[in-house]
Amino acid sequence: MNKLSRWLSQLFGNNQSSSATTQEIANTAPLSEQQIQSIVSNQNPRFDLQQLISACGQSVGKQRDLNEDSLLAITTTMAGNSGNLPFGLYIVADGMGGHQFGEVASNAAIRTVAGYVLRKFHPYLFHVKTDTMEESFQEIMQAAVTDAQRAIQREAPGSGTTLTAALVIGQQITVAHVGDSRAYFIYPDGRIEPITRDHSLVKRLEELGHITPDEAANYPHRNVLYRALGQGEILDPDIFTIGFPQPGYLMICSDGLWGVVAEQDLIRSIVDAPNLQRACQNLVSAANTAGGPDNISVVLAQLIG
Amino acid sequence: MVVKQSSANYNLLTRRSELETRIFPELSDDRGDDQGSPPPRQLQAGVTLAKRYAIQEVIGVGGMGSVYRARDMHFPSVTKLVAVKEMINSAPDPLVRETIVQNFEREANLLATLQHPSIPRISDYFTVESRSYLVLEFIHGKDMEAIINDTGGFLPEDQVLSWAIELCDVLNYLHKHKPDPIIFRDMKPSNVMINHNGDVILVDFGIAKTFQSGIKGTMIGTEGYSPPEQYRGEATPSADIYAMGATIHHALTRRDPRLEPPFSFSERPIRRINSAVSPELETVVNMALEYNPESRFRTAADMKQALMGVARKTGALVRMGNPQTGTIQASGIKPLWSFKCEDEIRGTPALFQGTLYIGSYDNNLYALGAGDGKFQWKYPTDGGIVSRPALFEGNVYIGSEDKRLHVVSARSGKVVWTYFTNGPIRSSPRIAEGHIFVGSDDYHIHAVNINSGRMAWRFETADAVRSTPFVTNDLVYVGCETGDYYAVDFRGELKWRFRAKRAITSSTIGAGQVLYFSSVDGTLYSLDSRNGWVIWRFRLGKASISTPCVVDDFVFVGAADGFIYAVEAKSSKELWRFRTEHQVNGSPVVYKDSLYCGSVDGNLYCLEYRTGRLRWKFGTQGAITGTPLVYDDIVYIGSTDHQVYALLA
Repeated sequence: MNKLSRWLSQLFGNNQSSSATTQEIANTAPLSEQQIQSIVSNQNPRFDLQQLISACGQSVGKQRDLNEDSLLAITTTMAGNSGNLPFGLYIVADGMGGHQFGEVASNAAIRTVAGYVLRKFHPYLFHVKTDTMEESFQEIMQAAVTDAQRAIQREAPGSGTTLTAALVIGQQITVAHVGDSRAYFIYPDGRIEPITRDHSLVKRLEELGHITPDEAANYPHRNVLYRALGQGEILDPDIFTIGFPQPGYLMICSDGLWGVVAEQDLIRSIVDAPNLQRACQNLVSAANTAGGPDNISVVLAQLIG
Repeated sequence: MVVKQSSANYNLLTRRSELETRIFPELSDDRGDDQGSPPPRQLQAGVTLAKRYAIQEVIGVGGMGSVYRARDMHFPSVTKLVAVKEMINSAPDPLVRETIVQNFEREANLLATLQHPSIPRISDYFTVESRSYLVLEFIHGKDMEAIINDTGGFLPEDQVLSWAIELCDVLNYLHKHKPDPIIFRDMKPSNVMINHNGDVILVDFGIAKTFQSGIKGTMIGTEGYSPPEQYRGEATPSADIYAMGATIHHALTRRDPRLEPPFSFSERPIRRINSAVSPELETVVNMALEYNPESRFRTAADMKQALMGVARKTGALVRMGNPQTGTIQASGIKPLWSFKCEDEIRGTPALFQGTLYIGSYDNNLYALGAGDGKFQWKYPTDGGIVSRPALFEGNVYIGSEDKRLHVVSARSGKVVWTYFTNGPIRSSPRIAEGHIFVGSDDYHIHAVNINSGRMAWRFETADAVRSTPFVTNDLVYVGCETGDYYAVDFRGELKWRFRAKRAITSSTIGAGQVLYFSSVDGTLYSLDSRNGWVIWRFRLGKASISTPCVVDDFVFVGAADGFIYAVEAKSSKELWRFRTEHQVNGSPVVYKDSLYCGSVDGNLYCLEYRTGRLRWKFGTQGAITGTPLVYDDIVYIGSTDHQVYALLA
């Protein structure tokens, strides 16, 4: 018996005791065998039992005095009319060097976006709501980015920041992206797939075929963005929804990581690590080992089950 | 009901461990050679796996276990059959055992992501100590090898040809799979099922591949059917094309390649064995069987084109008209045939074994020859028919405004049974898991047992249900005229609901885990099918009752503002829109690289689906509100000018 429960707790973490409580509230326990069966049969085991986990890492780097990156990672579950759903919000923002108050801009971006999104989901996270929200994930992200744009223009006029934000609900990731921080999918078999597109001059030139990827790597103006949060009158963020890689990882990072560590080393740092937290530490130290020319921020998330 | 998932699965696992000890008391010494005969300890009829699947009999024996026919006991009122495939893991090394199970589960997960009419749907998998089980759709039919063996003489060329074309389709789907192409690796007649509709289904899916990948020195695939390079361990799309050539060769000649030396097809020319085969088809098969991969068809799509060419040349497609006379022009398109009913056609046709079925406002359901439009029979109901017939096991299912669901023999047009609701039926029936799901103006979704014709349950909605239920992942999705949208499980219990601002008359289409439908509130919705959360909303110019169509990353839909829209599925960004002269109430369909859609302006439009560029249009004398059907390069469309038209796609 002890062995069994130890085995189960390995499988499910410490959730068993709390799960019993939830059941009692919902169904006035004890459940009959029949009820349990109906619950079990109601759920397709292949699709359910999912757990979202995350970790993050940050470093100022080796060559700068100031950290202009900001980072946010929230992981929880959300009760709803169709069972508990993984809920995650992960944001990396990289305040622009050369502008005033890059760190203020990136911080305002994170605060505003997260504040907006969490206010929207507050009733679902902290109250029992049975109906679904009228607004769509993409509309919420769009509104959050617009809000952040205004906040930056108010709090630190003239400054700018990148923003890569991922809202995870169930198995869907809705991404809002401006600038050249990146979101990646990384698969255990060693594939890495950027899911965002840099809004940088160098990337654009590459897309247009004016320079080759090799030239791009050594391009002198690699840090020039053509789109940034806080800059310009109208902002057109990339917003899209995509299924969580399973099995696989979602990684969001600033160019202090992806710009200095080769993709193969990114993958190895993650796949070889015993857990996500160690993976983040590995990534940060890989960037610092490579010289640490810029601030480093990384978030990793994984959907298990 | 809120239940933490971990608790549910706790029960599930506990139940399974009970099950292990009950059924397999001596598993620890189960380590027989899996190649030996007979396989170790087959399950007996009457055993229930996972408290759900009641084993009925062994329907196949493979290298690593058996395949059973089982009954899914979650459907107590009907006999829902499933195929349960067993893999007995007898590797003594724990690491190898673990790898085998991991491969199995990875493969099962991959299968779960595949969606193609020629690929069986997977509904469950689980591992019980050294045995793993896959639960798959049960296919009513026979495998091609049995058909070859049970046929007295040679199979007709037309039949083999149509199977080959469908095999090309499914191989093409697999080879184009993202992120990595899937190589079937084991194409052979015994892995091709022919179902009750005469369609091919690939079985034994990739499991063989992963099962054997860890075992050194084992040839992947089946000797006789596999190309030379596969013996060296290479598996490419080209290898599947070779194996398909070998499969067709076997079907046409009745010569089993496993009994011949490898790569000896050229020594057995098809026409020397079976002179009834056309030289054209022989040429295509020979090309697929070329020794060098570079000399074969480059892709399965190329091979399909060649096979279609054969079908055209030999007259296999003769019932579909002569393609030479139907050269596509921007105007002056002539229908291959047309047929006039006594009143408007507002619904959508269905096709089954060369016959087209379509309902009319003149109360009749018509059966017409798909090739020539020749009248076969009509079946009178007592009300107008505005929906699309469904076909299942030789019967046609159609709802009528006379409040009844009619079931009619597809061959004779004789009534089999009817089912009453309390309101006109304008929703099209959807057949799944032994039930017919249909909405009615009586404010209910009805689930009708397909064998007995009796109601299994009905689910009350807030208003009339005119959309067609969509069924996936054991849930039924449907919208109603108040804008309420429901996800109902197979017991008729609500799983989640959603509300649009106005009616949802559009039917749902699902892709992956996402549902798409439009509403009279002028919005195209994208919802997460598991929980009803809105992923995005796309504003249309006006109301829409058009059912969306999803292809690649495109979602297409029509609206009352006269536009056909193309929206990117991922980002909800508009890709293009095409203006027609009046409302677009029917639904677009995509066939090859064209989109077909009717408009109330009377035209059927054919557009390049990636760009929305007009290819041609065909004018009828009345509004088109139904959806076109495209099959074997022919478009069928009904119009309110009382006619149904067949056009070259």
